[in-house]
Amino acid sequence: MHALIQGVILGILTGGVYALMASGQTLIFGIMKVVNLAQGAMVIMAAYLSYQLFTTFGMDPFLAIPITTLLMFGLGVGVELLFLRPLRREDKSELSLLVTFAIALLIEGVLSVTWGTTYRSINTTYANSSWTLWGYQITVVRFWAFVLSLVALGLLFWLLNRTRFGRAVRATVQNPESARLLGVEAQWVSALGFGLGAATAAAAGSIYGLLYPFTPGSHYDLISRLLSIVVLGGLGSVGGAVIAAVIVSTSSAIVAATISPAWSEMTFFVILILVLLIRPQGLFGSVNRGAI
Amino acid sequence: MRLPSALRGGVFVALLVSMPMLGLQHWFLNLLVFVLMYATMSSAWNLVGGFAGYPSLGHAAFFGIGAYTLALFFKDQVLATGYEPFLLLPVVGLVGALIGWPIALISMRTRADVFAIVTITFLFVVQTLAFNLHDLTGGSQGAALPIPPFAAGQYELPFYYVMVALLLFTMGLTFATMRSKVGLSLVSIRADEDKARGVGVRVIGVKVLAFSVSVGITAMVGAVWAYYESFIYPQFAVDPLITIAMVLMTFLGGRGTLWGPVLGAVILESGQQVLTYQLGAVQLYLIVYALLFLVIILLLPRGILPTIEDRLRQRRRSRRTEAPAAVWPEDPAIPSKADTVTTRGGGAA
Repeated sequence: MHALIQGVILGILTGGVYALMASGQTLIFGIMKVVNLAQGAMVIMAAYLSYQLFTTFGMDPFLAIPITTLLMFGLGVGVELLFLRPLRREDKSELSLLVTFAIALLIEGVLSVTWGTTYRSINTTYANSSWTLWGYQITVVRFWAFVLSLVALGLLFWLLNRTRFGRAVRATVQNPESARLLGVEAQWVSALGFGLGAATAAAAGSIYGLLYPFTPGSHYDLISRLLSIVVLGGLGSVGGAVIAAVIVSTSSAIVAATISPAWSEMTFFVILILVLLIRPQGLFGSVNRGAI
Repeated sequence: MRLPSALRGGVFVALLVSMPMLGLQHWFLNLLVFVLMYATMSSAWNLVGGFAGYPSLGHAAFFGIGAYTLALFFKDQVLATGYEPFLLLPVVGLVGALIGWPIALISMRTRADVFAIVTITFLFVVQTLAFNLHDLTGGSQGAALPIPPFAAGQYELPFYYVMVALLLFTMGLTFATMRSKVGLSLVSIRADEDKARGVGVRVIGVKVLAFSVSVGITAMVGAVWAYYESFIYPQFAVDPLITIAMVLMTFLGGRGTLWGPVLGAVILESGQQVLTYQLGAVQLYLIVYALLFLVIILLLPRGILPTIEDRLRQRRRSRRTEAPAAVWPEDPAIPSKADTVTTRGGGAA
């Protein structure tokens, strides 16, 4: 029982970070109908950026978040303008998958050449400290990672629900044609939306780098998790992605605590298959249109 | 200009069969074996990714499944003639197809997005399993296959001819598909799945069939590769780069065509061997591959062969001056620009 509750605590805390990554991914899908297979690679890239900022300038990864976020936002906008926009409309969904996959490999290649393929980790002074609450361990890093992920998610929700840009995004997600008719500049919404997705990946990446050791190849691991989360939440639904992230990471932590860590890596695949069998549109997805 | 397809096929077969008799050096024969492997796999990928427009990103998983199936079957065995593993290939193909079948059934109920998601996740799962199931795969220490007892001077030859047979089998299958109802159904799915279903195409059945056959062939190639290498590691047996190579070659040559994937494999695989010698580092050709891929998709999205064919058709038409305008695209797989070409008059070629 103790192990189980400890697993649940761990799962919820980690779920925050995954929620952040997945919300960006599902947002990109909602706006552009593009499954961004490079989301995991962008997360890892941000982790390396904050690793570099930490080792050369001694900058705390939590403080590095604004920098990595801005950089990756720019990168995201650039990727959309350069590689996704020129695709012809009739086979866009098919080609965009391959394009983002190629970008993921490109990022992996650049990271491997720059930093090598051995595991790196960011060792802050507080990396190993933890609190004990009624016999349950809560590591300081994980706690703050959770809090910061919530803050970032809050910002994202504010942006989507309270700003003009957010309204344009929501309109595009719900019905791109009508949004265009009403004067939303779909092209710019796409570019900025992709940038925003990359920015959430960056924020999550800085946090991810604190929690786990990483190599350039870690993005395969991440992307399969993220995709399962996004499908469970319903492609295009940001709220769904947040809830799904907590569900997936909690159940995988429970499996790790009660059965074996090796099988916990399979949990998300089992969840993915179950979702596709029982409710292919996910928890909060609609069949045709997007939802936020 | 157009050779009859029977003649083209005959020349191709004769060329493949007679090539080793020219007294080629080992490195060149080795290169040919790899070119044939990739040509076969790209042709297999083309069946589902090219014709049906469902881009599978998980084919490398089936390559690995084939490799490990053979490794498991011949664990700790000594071979008498060395041809036993080749005789087992149909079984390996069947195993691959049987594993692929439920996956296709689950993931192809919705659209290409979800299909790609499931296949790439499956790739990762198989890779993790290959690392973790020590009893079956030997984990990261790798798994040994029986050493092929072929004479050193002719070591590559059996592999070469088996791969020739597999390639011809796959191309024959593609040829038959293109001229059958199945091929037409696949192409109609790619063009507009809803309409295809509406006019009575059995979309699910055809898609699942194409995927199963495609991954079955990929598994067979994986098995041949494993026997050829005689020692396999998880990171090479289940390698995302294999997937990307298959996709890249198909796109370069021209998806939805018979010869495109083969042409792509010839160009890219020989190019890659040269690059490996020149650049050495694996990471560098990850970058080169990715960049090349992006360039091809952006600049040559239809591939070499369809582009050339278009040019030729254009030229022929301009020579015939004012030919009647009602021209249908010859290959239904390609949404052709033919109707605009007639008005432009084609000075580009």
